Amino acid sequence: MWDYTPAVKDHFMNPRNVGVVENPDGIGEVGSIACGDALKLTFKLDQDKRITDAKFQTFGCASAIASSSALTEMIKGLTLEEAEKITNDDIARYLGGLPREKMHCSVMGRDALERAIAHYRGVAVREKEGEIVCECFGVTDVEIERAVRENRLKTVEDVTGYVKAGGGCEKCHDQIREIIAAVRQTTAAETPALSSMTNIQKIKLIEETLDREVKPSLQKDGGDIELVDFDNNTVFVQLRGTCSTCSASQITLKNYVEAKLKDLVSSELVVEEAQAH
Amino acid sequence: MKRIIYMDNNATTRVAPEVVDVMLPFFGEVYGNPSSAHTFGGEVGKHIRRAREHVASLIHASPDEIVFTSCGTESDSTAIWSAIASYPEKRHIVTSRVEHPAVKNLFEHLAKKGYQITFVPVDRQGRLDLDYLHDHLRDDTAVVSIMWANNETGVVFPIEEIAAAVRRRGIVFHTDAVQAVGKIPVDVQQVPLDMLSLSGHKIHAPKGVAALYIRKGTRFAPFLIGGHQERNRRGGTENVAAIVGLGEAARLAAAKMKTAGEKSSRLRDRLEAGLVSRIPKTMVNGDPRHRLPNTTNISFEYIEGESILLMMDELGICASSGSACTSGSLEPSHVLRAMGVPFTAAHGSIRFSLSEHNTEDDIDYTIEKLPDIVARLRSLSPFWNAEQAA
Repeated sequence: MWDYTPAVKDHFMNPRNVGVVENPDGIGEVGSIACGDALKLTFKLDQDKRITDAKFQTFGCASAIASSSALTEMIKGLTLEEAEKITNDDIARYLGGLPREKMHCSVMGRDALERAIAHYRGVAVREKEGEIVCECFGVTDVEIERAVRENRLKTVEDVTGYVKAGGGCEKCHDQIREIIAAVRQTTAAETPALSSMTNIQKIKLIEETLDREVKPSLQKDGGDIELVDFDNNTVFVQLRGTCSTCSASQITLKNYVEAKLKDLVSSELVVEEAQAH
Repeated sequence: MKRIIYMDNNATTRVAPEVVDVMLPFFGEVYGNPSSAHTFGGEVGKHIRRAREHVASLIHASPDEIVFTSCGTESDSTAIWSAIASYPEKRHIVTSRVEHPAVKNLFEHLAKKGYQITFVPVDRQGRLDLDYLHDHLRDDTAVVSIMWANNETGVVFPIEEIAAAVRRRGIVFHTDAVQAVGKIPVDVQQVPLDMLSLSGHKIHAPKGVAALYIRKGTRFAPFLIGGHQERNRRGGTENVAAIVGLGEAARLAAAKMKTAGEKSSRLRDRLEAGLVSRIPKTMVNGDPRHRLPNTTNISFEYIEGESILLMMDELGICASSGSACTSGSLEPSHVLRAMGVPFTAAHGSIRFSLSEHNTEDDIDYTIEKLPDIVARLRSLSPFWNAEQAA
């Protein structure tokens, strides 16, 4: 039997906000029955663009249901800009912690929220970035890398607990170990020359730079930017929110985003807008 | 104390009061070592001998064919390692796809060591593919290990037929009979097997004691090497109290098997019928015509097993699940997957395993409470809601 916190048990036995919001502004669906858990999140905004109502439907174990219930409570009253800052760790902490093997339940919550917000903004939900590493659960290197980076994961078991990768046939364990090693190397190193970095390291650095240097100023104007792909020194991004409809978006892209990345990461980088899917 | 309705007897059973009684002296005054030369120790040896006779009698073996071990896993490991050590030139071993981890994980370990493994499949009802087994026996097959009855579904394999086919090819046959012994007749005179594992705590003896039957004449290599105990087949000072307990449990099981089996199968059928008729989209997993009398495995579609168990737990109802989430692994039960049970049902499977200690009240209470639990969880489930909308 799992050692669940009183908060997990409470949210499981008495789940809050079950169902589907009527005429929702945002819908986010993640997971599948084969995977063993799935979550459908819907929310409604008020005139001030704050989340006034949020509901969930979840198929899964007690911690999946509790994480979903907690998420709906956490996002009510927030603006989307505030809500999208919620990490899986925030959800787990709200519940007083989750068993390590169950952390993927909180990741599912964050993913559903991300999708629901993307749905509201009218941007196509990003296709999965990167290459599939774990065939059993369809987890990509980028997802694994992100989980390792954000949660400072050290072992394959940690990765399985957070994003499920490696939990099936175990064939990908070596690859996961390599990703962990690569992430740990980049977090340890300063900022090595781009040419000596692996693709994952490059992506990580670009993403960090966007998060730190670019996003805050775009967000001030109600816009946002997401890294979509990286190939041969070309950075593919998607502009979000007000940026996505702004006539000056190309100027923003070249004169601001590309300039920042050239300045802070590498002069070789070119920024392109990703084709909407 | 909260009411406990225990329906998880394939996981473990309550130690019978009679078993506790016969064990107690060995924690007190009767503490001698049966290997000692003095009478004080030698007296203890007599009790072990009697226990061995009871265990042998339960499966119609001769007492010197019984070796006491510490658990079912040790019995399984001893048998399989012994067989491959006895035939070092043979590099192929056979088992089923639905074995208990005690056998399954050992075979996977041996695969990494270079053994070629054949996993015999089962059909949708959990019945073994006998033709497949026949076709995959080879001259270099060292051992075939196939369970007598499945712990998750209760499906009983035609072990007599399997053993005969394997033996005809001159191959060692071992069966993990941990779930069968004490629940259904097991007769090693009838079934031409070489080795058989049984475990104490599944038949109302304590945990930490089990036995391995080794037919006379079977090549054998010990797993634990040490003292001369168990006629050099298993070194280590005997767990005297537990062995005596296992002896008494075996005696009781032989005496009560028919009545206990009839009672638990009547209760099991009532539980099964009650749940299936009251809860829609519910199915029983496993061949109902060849099943242990005490076991039912029921899938409640579109919901997840751990959630069901936890809600039942709040009401004191104890069962288990083949759901991935209960074990911390991510794949649902390998048994249900091998049977081709769809994911919609495999994740929401619950195993109820009864004993003669269950009552009609237990069953009625469960039938009364479970529909509400399933309905609550389904109201949360996006798949159930989609299914209802369709």
